[in-house]
Amino acid sequence: MLRVCWKGAHAAARQCVCGKVKAHPLQLCRRYSTAGDSGSTAGKIVAASLLTVGGGLGGTILYAKWDPKFRANVEKSVPYSDQLFEMALGPPPPPLVTLQKKPVRVIEPLQISSLSEASKESKQPKAKAKKSDPAPVEAPAAVEEAPAPTPQTLKEASAEAAHIISAIGEVPSVPAPGTSDESPPGHTAADEECKDHHEPVLKERPAEEVTARLAQQDKAEQDALAGLQVESLGSTAKTTLQAIGAQEAALTAIAAHTNKLKEAMDSQTPPDEKSSQWKALNEALSERTRAMEEAEEALLKAKGELENLSGVINSSKQSKINTARPQILAAEENLHSMIVDLDKVVTKVQTAQTEAKIVSQYSELVNEAKAQFQQELANITPEIQANWKRLSGKLSADDLNSLIAHAHRRIDQLNRELAEQRVREQIHIEVALEQQKLEDQKALERAVVSALEHSREDMRLEQEKKAQEVREVMEAEMRTQLRRQAAAHTDHLRDVLKVQEQELREEAQEILNSKMMEQETHYRRLTQEQLDTFTLDMNAAYARLKGIEEAIDSHVIAEEEARKAHQLWLSVEALNYTLKSAGADFPTEPLEGAVGVIKENCAGNEFAQALATAIPEESLSRGIYSEASLRARFFDIRRLARRVALIDETRNSLYQYFLSYLQSVLLFEREQVAPPAKLAPEDLDTFKLLAYANYSIERGDLELAAKFVNQLRGESQRVAQDWLKEARLTLETKQVISLLSAYANAVGLGTTQAP
Amino acid sequence: MSEKELGQKWDRCLADCAVKFGTGLGLGIVFSVVFFKRRTWPIVFGTGLGLGMAYSNCQNDLRSRYVLHSKYFSFEQK
Repeated sequence: MLRVCWKGAHAAARQCVCGKVKAHPLQLCRRYSTAGDSGSTAGKIVAASLLTVGGGLGGTILYAKWDPKFRANVEKSVPYSDQLFEMALGPPPPPLVTLQKKPVRVIEPLQISSLSEASKESKQPKAKAKKSDPAPVEAPAAVEEAPAPTPQTLKEASAEAAHIISAIGEVPSVPAPGTSDESPPGHTAADEECKDHHEPVLKERPAEEVTARLAQQDKAEQDALAGLQVESLGSTAKTTLQAIGAQEAALTAIAAHTNKLKEAMDSQTPPDEKSSQWKALNEALSERTRAMEEAEEALLKAKGELENLSGVINSSKQSKINTARPQILAAEENLHSMIVDLDKVVTKVQTAQTEAKIVSQYSELVNEAKAQFQQELANITPEIQANWKRLSGKLSADDLNSLIAHAHRRIDQLNRELAEQRVREQIHIEVALEQQKLEDQKALERAVVSALEHSREDMRLEQEKKAQEVREVMEAEMRTQLRRQAAAHTDHLRDVLKVQEQELREEAQEILNSKMMEQETHYRRLTQEQLDTFTLDMNAAYARLKGIEEAIDSHVIAEEEARKAHQLWLSVEALNYTLKSAGADFPTEPLEGAVGVIKENCAGNEFAQALATAIPEESLSRGIYSEASLRARFFDIRRLARRVALIDETRNSLYQYFLSYLQSVLLFEREQVAPPAKLAPEDLDTFKLLAYANYSIERGDLELAAKFVNQLRGESQRVAQDWLKEARLTLETKQVISLLSAYANAVGLGTTQAP
Repeated sequence: MSEKELGQKWDRCLADCAVKFGTGLGLGIVFSVVFFKRRTWPIVFGTGLGLGMAYSNCQNDLRSRYVLHSKYFSFEQK
């Protein structure tokens, strides 16, 4: 393969040399040569890099799985890593948030819920009573039936509470309690739960929240208290009234029953009405029992309600809401009166019951006698099995007689019993009296006890009333003092606020001033900057304009110079050209014209003028000989000079001429001898000089040859005189012309502008 | 041309020599014939005279550059 490459390279080189430049085969060869051995190492490198990258990625993902903070960091720093992590690990775990505000928020719902609970509690027994009590109470019934299906929402509960309040309208609006920021919330029984919740979370709250909370608390308390009291009062009142009503109804029923029974016992009414009487009696009896049951139930309920109410009142007494005391007192009084009424009614009922018992006993006895009589009658008249009431018209004479006889016997028996009874009357009366005494005592004791209790209650109530009054007075005084303090506080606050306001105003004014100053300075600075930049720009533009103008001028000048230089150069070239016009033997054209042209062209150029004037007159007028002609002439000069080498001032006879000619013929020397760097005196020999000059002139160094020829003495000198002169002329002219041309070239170079 | 000068001189010299020789010869012959009874000595004398004159002329001509010319100036004190 290498050989192929070499061949290719050679071919390419050849082609390059030939002129068809195609370096592709060479490049291909180069590429081939780099492949091969390096393949395995490249593979190893690639595999190693892939391993490290994969390892790094896997490690990162695993650590992110373990440490969510690291994951968050990486997701923040690397752009699309969150998507990668989501793909690999799933969504990030939710952040932990501390619950600070929840208990505070929960209290209000709790309060309301407690309110609803309280309303529920108070309403459920009512509902139960409602179910068993068909005696409807119109105004509360509608309200009670609504909550019977257990209200779910808080708004409904509060609306119901409001309904109750509006419906009953007993309790006036409770004024706001004393201003204490840290007063715990409502202390009604139902609020104890929220108290437990609330106390551990006592901390500073903003004033607005506090006042809102206070207002809410007050409202809640009011609502709760009012609701509870009102409800409980209302409920107990209702139940008590119901109980009283029931008791009275029972009383009336008992009275009616006993009356009816008495009437029925009288048995002076016609038999037709007896049955109806007995029916009515039964009805009355049933009614009485029913009424009794109802009364008992109502009594139980009322007692329960009263207990409840007393509990509520106790709990509300335990609360420190002072202004609710009159309500509490009133509630207590109501309770007391209800209890008293209830007791009275109960005693009435009891007496009625005892009466009724007696009457019923009597009626039982009578019924017994009647039953006995009936039995006897039935024994006597066995065929009459049915109820004898209906068979008043179907009795035969025998039956009647037997009946009458039986009746007479019965009467005798009863008379005897009566006599016995009269005898035992006293004993019975005594026994009964004793019994009665005992009962009376018991009743008395009971009455006394109840009277004591009542009086005690009354005393307590009076005491409480008095205490309440005193408290009210104290409260009023406290309020006035507090008001005074509040007034003082407000005055103080006003002063402080005034001072603060002043201070703040001054501060604000200062700040405003400083800001205004800042703004002004800033504005000034900006305007100044603008001006500066503008002037800078203007100056820059002006400078640029000036620069451009100067550049243009200099360009013009330069172009002028260039033109002049060009012309000079052209004229110099013309002069050079005229130099070439020299022929073999005749000189050039006179250089006058060309030089005149030069002089014209470089009229302002001193150097060129000087040079032009430095050209010798001869060359101007006559022209100069070319070097070739001079060279050719030199040969003649040399020959001649050699021939007259001996002739000088002293020897100049014809004989000398002959001798010198002979010398020149007989002297053998090299024609051309390289001249030394330094001329020694023995080099000043004619022949040597001529040899040097020949050498020089053969090498084209006319100047050196002229120098050597100048050293000739004697006749040789005279012979070479003209040639020398010509050579000098030529040299001078050539020198000047070369100077001129160099100068023209220099000027041309200087004025030419690079593209 | 200075180099031509010598040649010219030599030409003149030769021409002069030839003329002088011829003239000398001629005069010599004439004199020999006329005066000296055709002796040869006047011819030779004349030729010799002629050649001599020519030689001298030639030499003078060739020497002419080196000859110092002087002039007498008389100072007269006034």
